[in-house]
Amino acid sequence: MAEFSTPTTEHEFAENFAQLKPLMNNTEALYESSRCLFCFDAPCIKACPSGIDIPLFIRQINSGNTTGAARTIYDANYFGNACGKVCPTEVLCEGACVYNLQDMKPIEIGRLQSHATRSVIDANKHLYKAGAPNGRKVAIIGAGPAGISAACELRALGYVVDVFEAKSHPSGLTLYGVAPYKITNEETLAEMNYLQEQFGYSVFYNHPISSRQDLENLEKTYDAIFLGIGLGQTNALRLPGEERDNVVGAVEFIEQLRMRKQGTPVGRKVVVLGGGNTAMDAASESSRLGAEHVVLAYRRGKEEMGAYEFEYDLAKGVGVQGLFNVAPVEILGNGKVEGVRFVRTVTTGDKVSTVPGSEFVEPCDMVIKATGQAKQAGFLSMIPGLKLDDKGRIITNAETGQTTNPQYFASGDARNGGAEVVNAAAEAKATARAIHAFLSK
Amino acid sequence: MPDLSINFAGIKSPNPFWLASAPPTNSGYQIMKAFDAGWGGAVWKTLGVPVVNVSSRYGGVNYRDKRLVGFNNIELISDRPLADNLREIEEVKKRFPNHAVIASLMVQSRQEWHDIVRQSQDAGADGFELNFGCPHGMCERGMGSAVGQEPKVLQMIVEWVMEVAQKPVIVKLTPNISDITEPARAARRAGADAISLINTIQSIVGVDLDNFAAYPIVDGKSTNGGYCGPAVKPIALNMVKNCAQHPDVRLPISGIGGIETWRDAVEHILLGASSVQVCTAAMHYGFGIIREMTSGLEQYMVDKGFNTIYDFVGKALPNVTHWEDLNMKYKVTANIHEEKCIGCQLCYTACEDGAHQAIRLNAGTRVPEIIEENCVGCNLCSLVCPVEQCITMDRTDPGTEHLTWKERVEAGTAPTEFNDEKAGGRHHWVPEPSAALGKERHKTLPGKARVLNGETEIPAEA
Ligand SMILES: Cc1cc2nc3c(=O)[nH]c(=O)nc-3n(C[C@H](O)[C@H](O)[C@H](O)COP(=O)(O)OP(=O)(O)OC[C@H]3O[C@@H](n4cnc5c(N)ncnc54)[C@H](O)[C@@H]3O)c2cc1C
Ligand SMILES: Cc1cc2nc3c(=O)[nH]c(=O)nc-3n(C[C@H](O)[C@H](O)[C@H](O)COP(=O)(O)O)c2cc1C
Ligand code: SF4
Ligand code: SF4
Ligand code: SF4
Repeated sequence: MAEFSTPTTEHEFAENFAQLKPLMNNTEALYESSRCLFCFDAPCIKACPSGIDIPLFIRQINSGNTTGAARTIYDANYFGNACGKVCPTEVLCEGACVYNLQDMKPIEIGRLQSHATRSVIDANKHLYKAGAPNGRKVAIIGAGPAGISAACELRALGYVVDVFEAKSHPSGLTLYGVAPYKITNEETLAEMNYLQEQFGYSVFYNHPISSRQDLENLEKTYDAIFLGIGLGQTNALRLPGEERDNVVGAVEFIEQLRMRKQGTPVGRKVVVLGGGNTAMDAASESSRLGAEHVVLAYRRGKEEMGAYEFEYDLAKGVGVQGLFNVAPVEILGNGKVEGVRFVRTVTTGDKVSTVPGSEFVEPCDMVIKATGQAKQAGFLSMIPGLKLDDKGRIITNAETGQTTNPQYFASGDARNGGAEVVNAAAEAKATARAIHAFLSK
Repeated sequence: MPDLSINFAGIKSPNPFWLASAPPTNSGYQIMKAFDAGWGGAVWKTLGVPVVNVSSRYGGVNYRDKRLVGFNNIELISDRPLADNLREIEEVKKRFPNHAVIASLMVQSRQEWHDIVRQSQDAGADGFELNFGCPHGMCERGMGSAVGQEPKVLQMIVEWVMEVAQKPVIVKLTPNISDITEPARAARRAGADAISLINTIQSIVGVDLDNFAAYPIVDGKSTNGGYCGPAVKPIALNMVKNCAQHPDVRLPISGIGGIETWRDAVEHILLGASSVQVCTAAMHYGFGIIREMTSGLEQYMVDKGFNTIYDFVGKALPNVTHWEDLNMKYKVTANIHEEKCIGCQLCYTACEDGAHQAIRLNAGTRVPEIIEENCVGCNLCSLVCPVEQCITMDRTDPGTEHLTWKERVEAGTAPTEFNDEKAGGRHHWVPEPSAALGKERHKTLPGKARVLNGETEIPAEA
């Protein structure tokens, strides 16, 4: 039985993808902020990759200075609102809250954070402006969390900033990748407008930087170039039958979901391949789109999944079934996919081995491959002197984000290999300051 | 079953819980409802020449999400015609002959006092409470706290009342005075049967930051109000204690001020009250709170083996003494129960910045450690700790010695000079002032946020 009926209207879509962390009203924010103990040297701050002074902003909400709270948040993290809604707070700030040690509900830091930031976004109350022009220019490739955060910080420092983005909207995977029940498109873009209005950087949409010539132009025109290009398309599985209809990459499927919403086609019986957070998202999303049966197939055991436990719980909660210790062998079908042939596996220590003769077919009419995003090695190879590590991540100075080509700096998924929005935002802010330090020498 | 009933200076009541003279006792309707719910008595909203009130009238003090930890009002006495009130007093008494109905009174001339006492007596009131307490409005007209603050005037008026009163007379005192026992003694001299305290404390509960006026606001202007509610209990308890201990007062006391639960009531009783009155809590939660109050009181009495209220009236009084009689050899030391600690480090910062630098942080754990030799046993850390019983204050002296300040003065071992060797702090370790500089800046201004905000130097983590 399907948990959800297929949404056909915007309203039904919004219901199936209801916000996990809805906006707190003033009363709830008052009550929740009152619970905070205002710890000394608070563990929640240390657990926040962007180091937001959490007890300070909670105290500001509590004392009726919500604008000040928003400033505290934005001072540390330009994606303050998005992070409040999409961060895996269970393993970050809220996971570190001292209340957990008393088996009590931790403070809802994420929702308090969005409560504060929404109050200034919705009222369009500006907190920042560009710094006095310093005569220098920086180009940013990619308008994701990394690129936009760097743009804000560099504008505050007085740089002319031009952002080049392949897609038609800003915020990167926050818009194109994160599950719609975490944040809506409108909310994501409202924060982007709010930032751009204050800092005044230029963004050139539908403007991929794709050739050596493009790069050369940038190198000539700009004092520094910031790479916030994230990761690429879904990795290929290299399985027979992978080309069949209705075999899609998770990242591509989710992008379609974010853009076309209820217009996104989904199978009646969906097999999702993978054990990471993206697999959990794709499975949940299929179910919320009305798929009758969603199977999450993973090569190893349940405990070995890379996904956060709460993400798996979320998927289970909407009827997703786990199928563990199975490896796909072949995608079957006749033009369209009709099933996946699996072989059972055993994990011994680090090794996964298949069990001979244990093959079986799981019938389905859609396969979603959540097998990781490829790195942008091809594009990056066009930058002279730029080195990648063995995992395809851009090698940078840990403190400054400067790459092995001194004109280039990098942050976000392209540098850390794929983390969260908050990591990209925090890294990029620090990198922007390092660009300033470098160019001020 | 313990017996909750009282006989307060001749006024009988099935339990010690009375509604104080205030909006909840404005009408016969409310008082009947309260008696129905279980209240033992009610002091009628103060009768006199009816007033005209303003709108708005109340202000509140909230603490974080807790509403009305303090409450103030600028209301005057009853605005209903006397005849209406008297008729309803009669009706209530007929329906509830065993409950206490006390008429609160406030008028000016001797003749008015005589008239109003006689009329409420005739209506069937079980006693009188003379309102010498209102610290707003009425005092500008020479009544209320204007009387309570002048023991001589108070005494004269009580004498007028005693000339005609045939029922017990309670004098309600204002706390807006430096020595509460002065008006209490004046009441005693004039022959009053009992006292009740406290009335409200002159107050301003808050200021409207946008309109620059204090709350409550009446057309852009405001005036001081009278403060009450949970926040005033400590002041009330001290004044009740002062009156109960004074050898020249010796009158039954009706305790008022910040009573909301059975615990508050028991505290008043242990310090000498033998009836208690409630206003704010009834205004906040309605008459239903009486169920919790009587059941809590009853359970307490069962647990303690008390049969009547009088078994514990004033039971804490012998243990409230002068500072100079406290045993200076007694010593408690803070003790952190590690297994309960959640690592909020509030105790640390409280002691470090607000007390005696007697708590240290150690690497690799968030559980702070008490430096026993620096701990003066002030209780602060145990008061700020958010976990029940996580920091206990344990006795660390052998319990064999007893020495008071008075004894030290008599023995000549008390410090008397500015730089006396005998100073209490002489041998306490105090860090060098300059050791404070830069210490923990990265913790009070969180590290990562500061680095990201432009301070290039990455502060060392302790
Ligand atoms: C399915 C999925 C779900 C996720 N869910 C969460 C979540 O719930 N919470 C969370 O915190 N994180 C989540 N993440 C991770 C998070 O979205 C990323 O860590 C974050 O967006 C990284 O930011 P970035 O700026 O480095 O890269 P991106 O967000 O990928 O942005 C890169 C941008 O650069 C553009 N670009 C790339 N190459 C070029 C080029 N050559 N020229 C011009 N433009 C270019 C891209 O179009 C894109 O807009 C999720 C990721 C995925 C894939
Ligand atoms: C432990 C303690 C000691 C105090 N010592 C003094 C003092 O030495 N001198 C003084 O003028 N007030 C002293 N006070 C009173 C405070 O200065 C202040 O007037 C009072 O606490 C009310 O303010 P609050 O409500 O902010 O606490 C002391 C208060 C406390 C809590
Ligand atoms: S750890 Fe929890 S209680 Fe402590 S400051 Fe952070 S949010 Fe507040
Ligand atoms: S009792 Fe006082 S001095 Fe002792 S550790 Fe606690 S706060 Fe410090
Ligand atoms: S206040 Fe209590 S819980 Fe917090 S660190 Fe100190 S002992 Fe632990």
